Amino acid sequence: MEVKKREKGGATILDLKGRITIGAGEIALRNAVQDAISAGAKKVILNMKDVTTIDSSGVGELVSAYTTSMNRGAQLKLANLPSKVQDILVITQLITVFDVFDSEDEAIASFS
Amino acid sequence: MADEHCFHLDLGSRFENIELVQVVLRDTLVRLGMDEDARHWVDVAVREAIANAIKHGNAQDPQKQVHVDLSLDGEDLVIQVGDEGPGFDPAQIHDPLAPENLLRPNGRGIFYMKSFMDEIHYGTRPGGGTLVTLRKRVDRAQEPPPQGHREEGTEWK
Repeated sequence: MEVKKREKGGATILDLKGRITIGAGEIALRNAVQDAISAGAKKVILNMKDVTTIDSSGVGELVSAYTTSMNRGAQLKLANLPSKVQDILVITQLITVFDVFDSEDEAIASFS
Repeated sequence: MADEHCFHLDLGSRFENIELVQVVLRDTLVRLGMDEDARHWVDVAVREAIANAIKHGNAQDPQKQVHVDLSLDGEDLVIQVGDEGPGFDPAQIHDPLAPENLLRPNGRGIFYMKSFMDEIHYGTRPGGGTLVTLRKRVDRAQEPPPQGHREEGTEWK
């Protein structure tokens, strides 16, 4: 999985591309979130638009990213979920845990 | 449906090898005429079975292998994934939907398999190790493509 970091509207946006799966994919997500928070980010958005597959380890890493953010005084939100990723979050009932938005602009606006 | 769709793979216990199975699996599912949605969810379930075998069964021991078999039983797709580990009791797995478990980072693999396949069964491989059997009815939404066709986007064109 590829991760690109950018800033927009006071938020740190991580553009995720590819598979969030056991091994390299989950590690890439973990490192990207931890790096952003260590650099001082308090508003983090995961842009999921180009995520093709997420397995149970990837979902677990999303949960860890969420709890890590909370524990370190940051907020983490999800934007642009592909339908199959959204299906996974519904099935696992994590859709009730995460703050999910249809666009990154809506996610940015939600921080204020 | 004929034996031409069956395959058997023996893999080293490395997560990268999951992708090898996915290439063969996707190609097989396309040739069976399975629609895109069904292919995706079977792909996800099989990925979980192999990941469990590598991580929990074989503890990523490079000396141990994961064994993957795909066959057809009537209109059912049957996928078996075996490891060479000590075995486990699936009854010990927690419910990932219980409120107290929602924020646990692990323990959703079997739930994935149950959600996306019609049946899941755990047993023991001859000689030891866990053997998980996944079944999915093949509802062919389309006629299988001509022999030799490869799914667009795979490397097998």
